Amino acid sequence: MKKILMTGNEAIAEGAIQAGCGFYSGYPITPQNELIGYFAKHMPEKGRIFIQAESELAAINMVFGASAAGARAMTSSSSPGISLKQEGISYIAAAELPAVIVNVMRAGPGLGNIWPAQSDYFQATRSGGHGDYHCIVLAPASVQESYDIMFLAFDLADKYRNPVMILSDGILGQMMEPLVVSGELLVASRKNKRPINQLTTHQLTKPWALTGCKGRKPNIAKSFYLKEGDLEKFNLRLQGKYKNIQDKETRYEGLFLEDAKIIVVAYGTMARIAKSVVNKLREQGKKIGLIRPVTLWPFPKKIFQRLAVSDKLLVFLVIEMSYGQMLEDVQLAVNGKAPVEFLGRSGGGVPTEEEIIKKLQAISFKL
Amino acid sequence: MTERIIIAGSGGQGIMLLGKILSEAAMRENKFVTWLPAYGAEVRGGTSHCMVVISDKEIGSPNIEKADSLIIMNGPSLMRFKKRIKERGLLIINSSLASKYKNIKLNVLEQPFSDIAVGLGNIKVANMLALGLFLAKKKVVSLKSVSEVIQAIAPDDKKALVEINKKALEEGSGLK
Amino acid sequence: MKKIFSHPKSLRNISTHYCSGCGHGIAHRLIAEVVDELGIRERVIGICPVGCAVVAYDYWDFDCSEAAHGRGLAVATAIKRVRPENIVFTYQGDGDLAAIGTNETIHAANRGENLTVIFINNAVYGMTGGQMAPTTLLGQKTATTPEGRTSLMQGWPLKISEMLAMLPGVKYVERASLDSPGGIIKSKKAIKQAFENQINKVGFSLVELLSACPTYWNMPANQSLEWIKNSMIKEFPLGKIK
Repeated sequence: MKKILMTGNEAIAEGAIQAGCGFYSGYPITPQNELIGYFAKHMPEKGRIFIQAESELAAINMVFGASAAGARAMTSSSSPGISLKQEGISYIAAAELPAVIVNVMRAGPGLGNIWPAQSDYFQATRSGGHGDYHCIVLAPASVQESYDIMFLAFDLADKYRNPVMILSDGILGQMMEPLVVSGELLVASRKNKRPINQLTTHQLTKPWALTGCKGRKPNIAKSFYLKEGDLEKFNLRLQGKYKNIQDKETRYEGLFLEDAKIIVVAYGTMARIAKSVVNKLREQGKKIGLIRPVTLWPFPKKIFQRLAVSDKLLVFLVIEMSYGQMLEDVQLAVNGKAPVEFLGRSGGGVPTEEEIIKKLQAISFKL
Repeated sequence: MTERIIIAGSGGQGIMLLGKILSEAAMRENKFVTWLPAYGAEVRGGTSHCMVVISDKEIGSPNIEKADSLIIMNGPSLMRFKKRIKERGLLIINSSLASKYKNIKLNVLEQPFSDIAVGLGNIKVANMLALGLFLAKKKVVSLKSVSEVIQAIAPDDKKALVEINKKALEEGSGLK
Repeated sequence: MKKIFSHPKSLRNISTHYCSGCGHGIAHRLIAEVVDELGIRERVIGICPVGCAVVAYDYWDFDCSEAAHGRGLAVATAIKRVRPENIVFTYQGDGDLAAIGTNETIHAANRGENLTVIFINNAVYGMTGGQMAPTTLLGQKTATTPEGRTSLMQGWPLKISEMLAMLPGVKYVERASLDSPGGIIKSKKAIKQAFENQINKVGFSLVELLSACPTYWNMPANQSLEWIKNSMIKEFPLGKIK
């Protein structure tokens, strides 16, 4: 066991490399630059591939290629850069290639600014590119989880041959927190340039990968179905896969749900702040609970459906660093069976504990 | 116990380092801790600041609206952050580089950290003097833990600087 | 008796969807012959473009990847880096390589990626209906230059091969033409050289092939070959550029 202070961005990179990421390409953008810097430093010394791409477009298409060749591949960026990657993500989803894309969200629209936000929820969960597809979307809420979630991300990507997006944000990426890991850390081996746990991409057996057609029929990585009916058939199969993911891969953290009269719903950085409010008010005997979705797609609908039909009076309060994006998923899940309130700021502003408490007081007066 | 500290000064004053050393010491004492840097477009000049939260409970926001303590190492930082502190909060000011400041609602401590640091032989240890004084007033982590961190994080070619930093920490804790 | 001519193993025995007189079929076959002759069919990975040759993977009988329009060399870069023992080539048209994908093209070349690029220049966008390409000649009428391309409005034909040849990472650039049996023989030689360079780890190699598009040049196939000879080659001179 090792404990170290690390930024969320570094933890993502460390987690990815430990999880066997064999290929990374990216393009600089604030606030995720520690991530690309960490890969630049540690990938080559572990015998992995790092490329600083000429653009976000090139970066995501390099991920397409690396993944098609069988490597665990990823890229990272922040909001404007993620917009540029959307076409590539659509192709990756359609070619059914595993890939991990990290979005350290900043405030938009447009160039916006470099401060934290959660305004890319729609883009991530509705899939920002063209066509009927989905990324699996994971939202860590601490430096520890930023590290841990990378193992899950690569496993899910490989299991379902599907892109996985990590939604982090400027605060989570930039802040340092203690990180506990079981094995040896790459930073710890800084002085020792000899590759540890060198994992070459060739050790992964992916029968669909492009390796040269020795002893088998040629493999094709593609997303093009021109013949009448072919694309529809393919799309139905994709939809079947998404249904399967929705059934099996939903994750959330619940706190004091059974007797809560108000349930706060938040993810990522916002969930941390919400959680400390919930804990504080619980100590004062207030019946308040928390749902923190960890998978934003698939969204953990079932817990909302279960709670909303119980006969007690219940209010949901959705809090986001945006103007109401996850809110719509909560409303869809609750389906009119309970009131859904909202508190949100964006553009760099983060709802504070005091603002949340004030909002909760306003709601409980109404109750 | 939750202590929210904003540390601010100019680039080169070891503002980030002060915050990191404090955070690392808190981690070694098995406390919950977050460190959040300013990551603006400015690299040199202007103010540099970071926020440290130390607690015995899980920490929600690493961002600090109103700090319990403010460590200010130069004049512009005082102007920028003087409103970001709670009533009766602890305001530590490097009077070598900031003009006199009075606020009866706060506990203001002014010490010429830069001048004292020059006297000790290295102006760069002003940050450790300030940290020493802070820890004397708010015992969120022990001086011993901080000393251990200073020892541990110094790179091999900078080991000579360990002693003067420890000395500054010690001396800072004795200031009034 | 010794067999001296047969259908290439790397080319599936099916007919293509290309228009009569189109150069793509010839270029596909030349690549397949070279892959066979070099004995690399089981090592080669082709990157197919967006454009008329989008389904080239249906014709070649080896591993292939699609790439989004213009991104062929980004995809190829990654595949080659992950699998350096494989032989990776892109097959790209003028719009793909020299308009939407110029950035990827220049930077892959400038990194000196050990890749082979087969660049089909037919001075027009075929798949979308005959619009102006970066290589469209001055005066040439297309769907988007109905009065003919003018330098004033649309700039000049882009000589991307000459541009790329300036880069230190680029080791071999040759322009050949599919307008005649002689041109086809030279084209094949150049393609073979570009593949051999990769096998020998020489570095980034590109072959530009002037190729006919009778449909969108609005002329019969035989006339289109004349047009390559009399018009295109004047703008895009043949031979080894680097």
